[in-house]
Amino acid sequence: MEKMVNVYFYGKQYSVPADLTIMTAMEYAGYTLKRGCGCRHGFCGACATIYRIKGKNELKTCLACQTQVEEGMCVASIPFFPTDKRTYEIEDIRPDQRIMMELYPEIYSCIGCNACTKACTQNLNVMQYIAYAQRGEFEKCAEESFDCVSCGCCSVRCPAGISHPMVGLLARRLTGKYIAPETKHLKNRVEEINEGKYDQLIEQIMQKPITEMQELYNTREIEK
Amino acid sequence: MFTPEMMESVKKVEATRDERMGMEPRRMTAEEKDELLKAYHPDYRQEAFDEIKIGPNKGQKAPKELVHLIHSNSRLLKDKIDLNKVDYDVDVLVIGGGGAGSSAAIEAHEAGANVMIVTKLRIGDANTMMAEGGIQAADKENDSPVQHYLDAFGGGHFAARPELLRRLVMEAPDAIKWLNDLGVMFDKDAEGNMITTHGGGTSRKRMHACKDYSGAEIMRTLRDEVINRKIPVVEFTSAVELIKDENGHAAGAVLLNMETGDYLVAKAKTVVIATGGAGRMHYQGFPTSNHYGATADGLILGYRAGAPLLYQDTIQYHPTGVAFPSQIFGALVTEKVRSLGAMLVNVEGEAFMHPLETRDVAAASIIRECSDRGKGVTTPLGSGVWLDTPMIERIGGEGTIEKRIPAMLRMYMNYGIDMRKLPILVYPTLHYQNGGLEIGGDGFTKVIDNLLVAGEAVGGIHGRNRLMGNSLLDIIVFGRNAGKAAAAKAKDIQIGNLSLKHVEEYADELKSAGIESDDVSPLLLPKYARHERKEN
Repeated sequence: MEKMVNVYFYGKQYSVPADLTIMTAMEYAGYTLKRGCGCRHGFCGACATIYRIKGKNELKTCLACQTQVEEGMCVASIPFFPTDKRTYEIEDIRPDQRIMMELYPEIYSCIGCNACTKACTQNLNVMQYIAYAQRGEFEKCAEESFDCVSCGCCSVRCPAGISHPMVGLLARRLTGKYIAPETKHLKNRVEEINEGKYDQLIEQIMQKPITEMQELYNTREIEK
Repeated sequence: MFTPEMMESVKKVEATRDERMGMEPRRMTAEEKDELLKAYHPDYRQEAFDEIKIGPNKGQKAPKELVHLIHSNSRLLKDKIDLNKVDYDVDVLVIGGGGAGSSAAIEAHEAGANVMIVTKLRIGDANTMMAEGGIQAADKENDSPVQHYLDAFGGGHFAARPELLRRLVMEAPDAIKWLNDLGVMFDKDAEGNMITTHGGGTSRKRMHACKDYSGAEIMRTLRDEVINRKIPVVEFTSAVELIKDENGHAAGAVLLNMETGDYLVAKAKTVVIATGGAGRMHYQGFPTSNHYGATADGLILGYRAGAPLLYQDTIQYHPTGVAFPSQIFGALVTEKVRSLGAMLVNVEGEAFMHPLETRDVAAASIIRECSDRGKGVTTPLGSGVWLDTPMIERIGGEGTIEKRIPAMLRMYMNYGIDMRKLPILVYPTLHYQNGGLEIGGDGFTKVIDNLLVAGEAVGGIHGRNRLMGNSLLDIIVFGRNAGKAAAAKAKDIQIGNLSLKHVEEYADELKSAGIESDDVSPLLLPKYARHERKEN
């Protein structure tokens, strides 16, 4: 007989197999998930979850799809959190410190409690990337926040009301567009294609009979 | 975390590692590949397919589970809808909020159209978000769109529609540039050159990446842009039927609020189906790397309205899904792990194939190793082979895994497996729907006016197998194209009276074919909830 554990979904007790994740345990218990379930593989942040092991004080945050159940786990999902995303025109803004002050001024109210970092389901140093954003160091903020899945657990715990994932996202877009060096080979190739340099060659290969294509394919040189 | 039996095998993998480091396994010949696929690829298991009894693909085969949905009933036979009460009236209706749908919406908006997205879950809950390894484009000097065409055409068994593949490869560099200009952070060197690698079946290193969060980085940027543009996104709302007008042209969709169960009517001059794939159908019992909503909805909507499918009988099984531990069974282990140098190794520590064969060949080869050859590693849920990840650190230097594939490292570390030190166990997982609705080079379906399809819901772009990195590419290229084309077309359209006559006609056809079903389609969500006393 498989090992079972007792868990509590929204305070209600269920006995579930010990090798399940929180998400599959909820389904085992009979829930049909609509909210709080997305990619199921740790990339989308839909299944932000908060829990406490009965009898222990510590409050933990996790992704339900990436976390195995434990005995006494008392679980509530956070399928939506009113994260405050500010809108902007990416073409009109520039990577200067002013833009953060304009769009996300609340980052300067950070009290340094580090609750965001402790809450991060990806183990990112969230408070650090907010500090980089405060100083206008967007590239560092982008790098530090890169693995963020926007589950919002940091924002749930923040006493200053910061929407951390949105700050990281802005820093990444500024970095990708304005700070990272331009790719010359990409620009050149787009121009060549627009000038029609490959039009004839592509027409030719499209017209080739299958047998000739097979020969070309099977004997093509592969870059080392 | 590995069992003692697994650790015994790990010792053999470690014992052969030095020797394997210097060698490159031989690539299979065309004949060897053909034989292997016929004997071991799941697409060749006849018993897993049924015949479609009605509609434009009548007489053709499709996976049993898909045929079941094709043969199921519309929700609207029982639930009658008043089409005169219109809830949304737009130029362009985009069904699906993944990479293709978001790209389409951005371009339609850019072209000045009144565009709206409806999506079953949240915007970004899509396979795009989960794509890890990268996106192809021939933008380096030793490469060309023609070479890209050859790789993709051969890798897809010479079955891709040339007019679609042409668009894919020719518009690839511009797709990368568009994403870069939106702020997607591609991996670049200090001079701005893209850091590119091989994927299975590529002849040039043209895989662009954003670590192993490539799709996530693209998707969150597109989502941000959709929101910045204030494009309406109606979440937790699925399309359950297309609406036509009296001329038989697409003219909107009946929507279902997933939370309240209420129906809504969206009227539109042009409709883009961008509903994605079908992994959650679990064809042949395979686990899947797909997101929760991947249930082939768009194929059902389109087919019921009369749009033909193409290559609906070919499915991609990604060779390297997680085989162990069970909590992440079927999750994707990006092909980039092999691009960076990890070999596929059997229970005896032997490298049994070249790690960068195309996906169908690699999947079939792993299945052979674990079945007839008896050289798989036994796991609680079946078997698998080793992916020798410590090789990556040996080749690229210490820290390469953390820098280049942090998501993989994190996923395994959650379960106490350090892939920098230990190899990982993999087995094929249901990954991609090669087939889908047929479109022309302009992005429109050929039989229903004003209906476009983009992304994984399309069939024919890749042929009968898809190369790594060509799907992230196709959602951008065909998504953008669909948005532009839908916006342009919408300018000249006068919509006639709305009609669901095609739904009734389809029901009549089912009846004439003697098909009776209590089930409804599209499926919308997989049935994962366990109801012990209600099981039949």
